Amino acid sequence: MIWNQYIECMDREQLQQLQNRRFASMIERIYCNVPFYRKRMQSLGIEPGDITSIDQLKLFPFTTKQDLRDNYPFGLFAVPPSEVVRIHASSGTTGKPTVVGYTRKDINMWAEMVARALTGAGAGKNDIVQNAYGYGLFTGGLGLHYGAERIGATAIPMSGGNTQRQIQMMQDLGSTILSCTPSYALYIAETMEETGIDPSTIKLKAGIFGAEPWTENMRKEIEKKLHIKAIDIYGLSEIMGPGVAVECLEQKGLHICEDHFIPEIIDPNTLEPLPYGSVGELVITCITKEALPLLRYRTRDLTRLTLDKCACGRTLVRMDKVLGRSDDMLIIRGVNVFPSQIESVLLEIAETKPHYLLIVDRVNNLDVLEIWIEVDDHFFSDEVKQLENFQKRIQERIESVLSISATIKLVEPKTIERSDGKSKRVIDKRKF
Amino acid sequence: MTIKQLSVFLENTSGRLAEVTRILADAKINISAFSLADTADYGILRLIVDDPVRAEKMLHEQGCTVHTTDVVGIYVPHKPGGLYKALVVLAENGISIEYMYAFASREKAMVILRTENIAHTIEALQKSGIEILNPSDAYNA
Repeated sequence: MIWNQYIECMDREQLQQLQNRRFASMIERIYCNVPFYRKRMQSLGIEPGDITSIDQLKLFPFTTKQDLRDNYPFGLFAVPPSEVVRIHASSGTTGKPTVVGYTRKDINMWAEMVARALTGAGAGKNDIVQNAYGYGLFTGGLGLHYGAERIGATAIPMSGGNTQRQIQMMQDLGSTILSCTPSYALYIAETMEETGIDPSTIKLKAGIFGAEPWTENMRKEIEKKLHIKAIDIYGLSEIMGPGVAVECLEQKGLHICEDHFIPEIIDPNTLEPLPYGSVGELVITCITKEALPLLRYRTRDLTRLTLDKCACGRTLVRMDKVLGRSDDMLIIRGVNVFPSQIESVLLEIAETKPHYLLIVDRVNNLDVLEIWIEVDDHFFSDEVKQLENFQKRIQERIESVLSISATIKLVEPKTIERSDGKSKRVIDKRKF
Repeated sequence: MTIKQLSVFLENTSGRLAEVTRILADAKINISAFSLADTADYGILRLIVDDPVRAEKMLHEQGCTVHTTDVVGIYVPHKPGGLYKALVVLAENGISIEYMYAFASREKAMVILRTENIAHTIEALQKSGIEILNPSDAYNA
């Protein structure tokens, strides 16, 4: 099923004309309203009137997460505060999150894109969407919620966690669509197995899973265990949230909502644009967003674009499942984690930068984070209670900065392997 | 009268304690007393040795995390009530013990104590006639 036949199956040439018009007007808006972009364009000698086609995209420099940090919190907003109706945020380094904003129209368009995702997964107004994405500053919860309401389905705002109750609601209310992270879907499936609940007694038919990388194998496992179709959804809060690209029942890539976002693939080292079919870093330009329209935003996600028309009938370009990252960001339980965030917590509490190692693993389908810290003379105490207190303070600080819990393990000096004098910072044992 | 005690951080892996004692053995350093505090993941080895300065250097060079901590040693009679007599002095003076360990020989027992204020502890014990262990006696016990 297709939610917006007109756009999703639009002739490519017609689509580009639409993109050109929207791109030109976006450039004009950011030139007038965002000093950051105006300065950049002035230094390059670009006037809004010069821009008529998305082929001119490569004239512009990239926008990075650092630019968002440097302009924290509202510096890149293109509308006055009175027009902003919603804020979301993701955790940031040194305690400062990345703040994103939405106008009423942005929220509306976001709901439209999630509506496409849900419809693409086979959902309609008779469905009951059990939304187990976290509600709050994270975009997953409210993003899926508005999309479910948009298609006229019944939304159950479960939020994450409390697995027994999730299962009970599925049974009692007859939920037909589940939305959450793929690892949580597997966790729910296994909890059902353990408690002896036969998946054929629940009515789920499809799941919309995203916010973290997952493999085709995970997909097969979820589908087998829950007897559903597992559908991928892609997004990032800087651009919008879930719904930037959505999979159809063909499960052969995620259709990017090109009427709102222009995708490019670049070589993360040379920063040169790459042709369709090459693997590289995804760069996105917003052409309709009002509150925070980012120009050539580097997502740091590695993928590949395919232009061929999909068997589902959609003409929108498809991106592969995200293959990895071009930076050191980890996604742990759907939360974006940079090793530098953990480093700054350690620096704050140990007053020195100890050697550390992050070990990420998946135990019973839930991500777990263990942090090894080499005990050095600076914070070594010969009293157990002092060391335990040190561990506890780090754990609490990490939980408050990143909203994930970590196990802190103190290890002897030189335990953590060094390569080329630099210590290895992350071991990710999860198999994507 | 303070005694220099070495504290070494040890992971709970088999052979670690043996390794530390090997480093000391190779350096011909004699251990006169020790205790091991343990948690689920790690332990803290506390040592009184005959040459604390050199021992600390040797352990450091071998990559151990080691600290020198001031402690006080006392002698108590090796008979019922011997330890009680000393501890009651600390209690009466409001001194709390962080940790302690003891070794008994034929007539006397040697007790090593760590408190928040070592100088105050020594003073209180001396006033009450408790025999304070001379550092050189502790190192060469």
